[in-house]
Amino acid sequence: MLRLHYNLEKLSTGLVLGIIIAASIGGFVEIAPLFTIGETVERPADLRPQTPLELAGREIYMREGCYACHSQMVRSLADEIDRYGPYSRAGESAFDHPMLWGSKRTGPDLARVGGKYTDAWHVAHLTNPRAVVPASIMPAYPWLSEPLDTSGLGPELATMRRLGVPYTDAMIADAERDAEAQSQPDSDGAAGVKERYSEKIVVRDFDGSVARVTEMDALVAYIQSLGQLTAIAHDQPPADGE
Amino acid sequence: MIASLSIAQRRNGLAFALCLALLGLLMAAAAQHGPMVVHGAMALVLGIALTGALARAVYDPPPEAARASFYYDDPTRFGIAMTLIWAVVAMGVGVWVAALLYWPEATPAVPWTSFGRLRPVHTTGVIFGFGGNALIATSFYVLQRTSRARLADELSPWIVLLGFNLFCLWAVTGYLMGITQSKEYAEAEWYADLWLVVIWVVYFVLYIRTLARRAEPHIYVANWYYLAFILVVAILHIINNLALPVSFAGAKSVTIWSGVQDAMVQWWYGHNAVAFFLTAGFLGMLYYFLPVRSGRPIWSYRLSILSFWGITFFYIWVGSHHLHYTALPYWVQTLGMTFSIMLLVPSWASAGNAIATLNGAWHKVRDDATLRFMFVAAVFYGLSTFEGSFLAIRPVNSLSHYTDWTVGHVHSGTLGWVAMIVFGAIYTLVPQLSGRDQMAWPRAIEWHFWLAVTGTLVYVVSMWNAGITQGLMWRSYGPSGTLTYSFLQSLQAMAPYYLLRTIGGGMFLAGTLLCALNCSATARAATGEVAASDRPLLPMPVE
Ligand code: HEC
Ligand code: HEM
Ligand code: HEM
Repeated sequence: MLRLHYNLEKLSTGLVLGIIIAASIGGFVEIAPLFTIGETVERPADLRPQTPLELAGREIYMREGCYACHSQMVRSLADEIDRYGPYSRAGESAFDHPMLWGSKRTGPDLARVGGKYTDAWHVAHLTNPRAVVPASIMPAYPWLSEPLDTSGLGPELATMRRLGVPYTDAMIADAERDAEAQSQPDSDGAAGVKERYSEKIVVRDFDGSVARVTEMDALVAYIQSLGQLTAIAHDQPPADGE
Repeated sequence: MIASLSIAQRRNGLAFALCLALLGLLMAAAAQHGPMVVHGAMALVLGIALTGALARAVYDPPPEAARASFYYDDPTRFGIAMTLIWAVVAMGVGVWVAALLYWPEATPAVPWTSFGRLRPVHTTGVIFGFGGNALIATSFYVLQRTSRARLADELSPWIVLLGFNLFCLWAVTGYLMGITQSKEYAEAEWYADLWLVVIWVVYFVLYIRTLARRAEPHIYVANWYYLAFILVVAILHIINNLALPVSFAGAKSVTIWSGVQDAMVQWWYGHNAVAFFLTAGFLGMLYYFLPVRSGRPIWSYRLSILSFWGITFFYIWVGSHHLHYTALPYWVQTLGMTFSIMLLVPSWASAGNAIATLNGAWHKVRDDATLRFMFVAAVFYGLSTFEGSFLAIRPVNSLSHYTDWTVGHVHSGTLGWVAMIVFGAIYTLVPQLSGRDQMAWPRAIEWHFWLAVTGTLVYVVSMWNAGITQGLMWRSYGPSGTLTYSFLQSLQAMAPYYLLRTIGGGMFLAGTLLCALNCSATARAATGEVAASDRPLLPMPVE
């Protein structure tokens, strides 16, 4: 062996090939099967893609680095289930490009936070967390009252469709309008959003000012959708990892 | 810089600078508004500045032919300067971010100073800016010395360094303006990622061409590690960053991976960024500078072979230990855990090999703060890999995951190991590259050493306490079977530790600042002399 290596050290191409081979095996064995086995490929039948408004909120969530303090992955451990709710399943994030599971809980997990608080609570909390929770160390986001830029949403939906997220032609064509209508329940487009996405989606004025669609509308719509995209997030077999 | 290029190289450089300016112009023109315009403008300005400088000097007298009988160290000098600049800036942001967790109102209410945008500036700045520049700069130096050959050409090292720093700058300014892929340690957007691929290819080609000119038949261990760093980082970077831009005229892209597959690809990347960026390259540094500084050969050649292939093969499997108890299939988690434990063998073989090398030179460790930096680095390498293998065990991870214990582990690795070995290498290199026998302020090294060690210990110990407290509070049940503590109570328990961590980080930063000043004082007093023994052998290809 040592002799073999002694010779290998004289050959730069040999080393290069050796390194590439040695460093490829593990990744291949662990990653490739995930694209074939049922456990990870199956999509819940009722999983709906995010609405344009929620998607815009997700972008803001990424932009502001909320994921650096919040996880969205309840592990199958008793205390997590008691604290946050049913543990997260693979299918729930099938349409998430990228996933936002997170790796640090400076703040609580958010995978089950949809519906936990009112919109007004979120608006007040995001504008100034310490006004609602005095001991909080979460940053304040007063600039979220800016109007939402909806212009890129159509092309973004189209890009996601190319990657397998089931957005229809109508959804893509109406993306910008749907984003506005979802936060204007009395507008003409409001019924169309429900029709295209699901009867269960929330059409509401999230930030308390109907006239304008703001980044706050989008972010709160996104937060309220967490854990609400499929029923498997709530009815599930008993945890196995305890 | 330009004076050392041949006329042909100046022309090629000019062409490169023009292309860069054009690329910047194209980006700005296509995007019309938003962050991509700013990034285009940066490339444009850099391109124009380089074009101007080169155009003025194209027909200046060519460099002396005798240059071929010296090593080419200007890029290394520049790389070290960039290392120190990034170190001060990014660690400064680290201290700021740490302060924000204790004192959340410390930042004005404008978007770019928000915690979530500054944190990736810290991580990218330290890993890529500080660590990356240090790796590139030392790799050029070590490659030439261990091959006894001059770099294959004078232009490409500059393309690598300038291009790499442009990537870092694009990345961190992007986060501040709100563009990010949100993948940890791979937040930079698609055009920056593509640019890095181009730069990396130039780097690899330069490395291989220089190796081919070596006058030593054997490729020295340090180069195996640098090669693994270059190759595997390329593979990881390309696969993890595969994305479809929403439009070529905007920064936004959609990653092709989703859900569980994305999580696995992300942590396959994430942990191997640790392995091949924060470990392999720095082991290369250790394998060169530790023997040089201590004047002792590496203790065991066999052990270095074992640990090299062990690290290269095992590390790739362990990414799934970031996903214990999640929706990732159980068997993948188990593989990750198993390989993480096996990984302790090659890791400790490297650490042990380094420490055993110091046998017989302990008096030098006592007297020479520079060598002591390297010794402490090897010790922390051993400690943090032991801790890592321990954290990868599933039940342990059930407590530690999501808590500040992870952050403690991260900084015992990065402050204790990565930063210390870099400082050791810098204090060895800078006097030598300045033609002096020691740093301008030798006593400041001693000060830096103690600031760094104390700062690291304060940081790491406070985060261990924080993490374990958090983990225990989250899982503690009262007699009636309900959770004892609210999340908020666990948060309030963190305050003293966050304060302590900020202080520890401040000490570490003070030491880094001292190092930067010391290096600049040394460089300003440079003599320009080169030791007679520090020369390449005449070119005679061995392959
Ligand atoms: C510095 C870390 C940090 C960042 C960044 C951060 N948060 Fe928080 N977040 C916290 C902490 C700590 C709490 C718990 C105290 C509180 O409720 O304010 C919290 C609580 C929350 C809650 C309430 C959860 C619950 O179940 O009670 C929501 C919702 C939330 N954050 C959303 C966000 C959003 C959206 C962002 C990004 C715009 C964000 N956070 C960014 C730290 C952070
Ligand atoms: C002055 C010294 C430093 C200070 C004060 C500091 C501070 C911090 C802080 C406050 C965080 C965020 C933790 C959180 O979100 O809870 C962080 C994260 C991080 N830092 Fe540092 N840091 C320092 C040096 C470094 C160095 C030198 C490196 C690498 C070479 C580094 C690498 C990282 C990484 C990788 C993370 C992300 C950790 C994770 O996601 O778990 N840091 N640092
Ligand atoms: C044998 C070697 C090592 C093993 C097995 C190991 C294992 C681990 C484990 C289990 C985690 C926690 C994952 C989680 O719960 O989220 C982790 C996180 C981390 N480790 Fe290590 N570690 C090793 C060495 C190192 C070294 C030497 C460094 C730094 C130079 C390092 C840097 C990191 C970073 C940056 C993270 C944080 C990732 C994140 O969550 O953002 N590790 N490691």
